[in-house]
Amino acid sequence: MITAGIDMGAKYIKVVLLKDGVVQGRAIAATGFEPTASALECFERATKESSVDKSSIVHITSTGAGRKAAPNVDSDITDVSATAKGVVHLMKGVRTVIDVGAEEGRGIKIEADGKVVDFAVNEKCAAGAGAFAEAMSRALEVSIGEFGQLSLKSEKTIPMNAQCAVFAESEVVSLVHAKTPKHDIARSVHDAIASRIVSMVRRVGIEKEVALVGGVSHNPGFEDSLNRGLEMQVIVPEYPEYVGALGAAVVACERAK
Amino acid sequence: MSENTKEFWRWKEYNWHDETMDPKVAETISAGVDVGSVSSQAVVMVDGRLYAYSNMRTGSDSPDSARKAMSWALENTGLTLDNIHYTVGTGYGRVNVPFADRAITEIACHARGGNLMYGPTVRTILDMGGQDCKAIHCDEKGKVTNFLMNDKCAAGTGRGMEVFADLLAVPIEEVGESSLDVEEEPPPVSSTCVVFAKSEASSLLREGWSKKRVLAAYCSAMAHRVVSLLERIGMEKDFAITGGIAKNAGVVTRLERELDITSLKSKYDTQIAGAIGAALFAKTLMEKQRKKVAK
Repeated sequence: MITAGIDMGAKYIKVVLLKDGVVQGRAIAATGFEPTASALECFERATKESSVDKSSIVHITSTGAGRKAAPNVDSDITDVSATAKGVVHLMKGVRTVIDVGAEEGRGIKIEADGKVVDFAVNEKCAAGAGAFAEAMSRALEVSIGEFGQLSLKSEKTIPMNAQCAVFAESEVVSLVHAKTPKHDIARSVHDAIASRIVSMVRRVGIEKEVALVGGVSHNPGFEDSLNRGLEMQVIVPEYPEYVGALGAAVVACERAK
Repeated sequence: MSENTKEFWRWKEYNWHDETMDPKVAETISAGVDVGSVSSQAVVMVDGRLYAYSNMRTGSDSPDSARKAMSWALENTGLTLDNIHYTVGTGYGRVNVPFADRAITEIACHARGGNLMYGPTVRTILDMGGQDCKAIHCDEKGKVTNFLMNDKCAAGTGRGMEVFADLLAVPIEEVGESSLDVEEEPPPVSSTCVVFAKSEASSLLREGWSKKRVLAAYCSAMAHRVVSLLERIGMEKDFAITGGIAKNAGVVTRLERELDITSLKSKYDTQIAGAIGAALFAKTLMEKQRKKVAK
């Protein structure tokens, strides 16, 4: 049986095609200003590249902030549930999930079967989300990829006073003026996001193993800051940005039965 | 990314002095320097009357910003720093005013300055600054009785407005008027965070909204944010708004509409309220010092 999951994120749309629990294809597209059209294009690409016949897909489930705008779906599921399902599908022992996307950060406590016990979300403020790191990398005039790597070169802790991304940008500029090395600024920024996330996750309780998913997991600087903040190592799966879409595809499979 | 290199957020800096006054005959020349997170002001008062002031952007170095603001206020007045009897520093960078005799919080200074600018009947002062927003209660002497502030988040601050001016390529001084030029009031921007509000504004523009309409939606969201701060402290008449945003008619009009109250207007520049208060404190402190010496 083939099912599909579409994760309509704030910044990117992700599609996962699943056959009997094995991923057949995946694709990602910028959400842009026309999410429905982007989702269609992304879906096309996923099926084409994996040679999956569209008519053989029995159930499509959408998730993510824009899940109601997803085209041709059979059902939808919240981001939190989808992420939990996706994580358990990949890594059985995980009990705490940290999901950091472009505009949201989440801490999710789960049971062995992927059932959500409790969760906390920050969706009101860019502090503690990918958008924060992106804004700061722009202020430093480095790419976001470079920004994450830069952070690892630093061994210095500079506390960031500002919580707000807009104010932090001025703070970064002041640090640049004060001739602070870029890698130290990068680490300071990642520490700030991580500390915000850690205090949020503490609210739901941290139980091992801890998985880190969502697009920001690709940022090694953030991962390093998070490990230091949590005082433990988080597990990052392969394709961490697809976990929500994968979870939606798993749910689609359950619903099709 | 915008291809524009023009900085629409950059407001004009200026200085002024009263040519009809002769500071040389004065008994007390006092000064107040307000080094804020975004702008810095220096005010020179002659026997408690406003004589000269300047308003400029704060640079990366607070002592340097304080010195610059002061020397600009004194430009063409014939006065130098040595002629000033007493200086009080205030604002975010108040401890970094190298030539100040004392530092006093900006909250106390805004209340004191507001008392002169709007008269002794003013009870609630809303200071909408560059990186924070404060609701202050004060008595008839301009003494603070209570206050609340937001300094954690750019929503409801001048910096947030600057970001929007830049995004929409509308000069910051025109944002307010422009936002009022809409046929019908749009719903306010729903995101609190300025970063998210920016994405929201981009999609509204994409949907075909005019810049004016987007600005209206943002000014309205900002007014709403501030009203909740005022509601928490409790609104007491008379009411006045100080700081840079007080010059934005788009926010002020909507704020007054939502509160159903008209704010007091002043002949003084709303951005120098803190520095005026500091200069008034400086005068009092100088007089106290003299009395002590006389004893």
